[in-house]
Amino acid sequence: MERDGERIEITISSRFENIELVQVIAEHLCENAGLDEDGSHWIGMAVREAVANAIKHGNKLDVRKKVSATFDLRGSELEIRIKDEGEGFDPAKVSDPLNPKNLMKTSGRGIFYMKTFMDHIEYSFDDGGGTMLLMTKNLAKGSGIATTKA
Amino acid sequence: MKATSRDVNGVEIIKLEGKITIGAGDSQLREVIGNAINAGKKNILLDMSGVTTIDSSGIGELVGSYTTVTNRGGKLKLLHLPAKLNELLHVTQLITVFEVYDSESDALGSF
Repeated sequence: MERDGERIEITISSRFENIELVQVIAEHLCENAGLDEDGSHWIGMAVREAVANAIKHGNKLDVRKKVSATFDLRGSELEIRIKDEGEGFDPAKVSDPLNPKNLMKTSGRGIFYMKTFMDHIEYSFDDGGGTMLLMTKNLAKGSGIATTKA
Repeated sequence: MKATSRDVNGVEIIKLEGKITIGAGDSQLREVIGNAINAGKKNILLDMSGVTTIDSSGIGELVGSYTTVTNRGGKLKLLHLPAKLNELLHVTQLITVFEVYDSESDALGSF
């Protein structure tokens, strides 16, 4: 599990078909660091949701705008930064998908999944535009998600 | 995403295979359900066993499909949930919304 100074960076144009590239990098990095398949999958899922939001809500599907993803692994601490070129948003205004009045909404679960599968997430916003999402996970703790049999 | 449909005793069983993700299978799922409704199908059983990847957009389309079918007086139920999809429905409490079956005959008998 202990790996020092692993850094991977990738920049993609804002196309949905590029999401999987970033997701696969996240999953491989986690598996190479010793996390099991399920745990790696859930981190990949958080990354998928983050990149999808950056493309759709941040860059508003403008293919000229880029999304960058940076993975830093120090020991068992994984930091993931997803940055877009959008105008930002107010995280406080994101509705709770578990609220009964929101349960049947067709959107609004992406950030919830990120929070569920990662230890910590936080957004920051550049004055000149652009949103940066930082997500952290201690891989030594495992996924923390008990995949239940259907 | 690939969808294969068959009718069993008035229940439209739709087997979904592949990805139900943003920009890919999510809109296809909406189309598949829309086509079934337009063909007069009311009771729909989605066989999820072949779904390899689903994201929040795909989950959203499942919710939308459920609402669409229910609003037209029909029922939409799920069959053979992969473990990870089951988990995604659990953490969002949507598992309380959908009727889920492990056996096709049990599912058919429930309509």
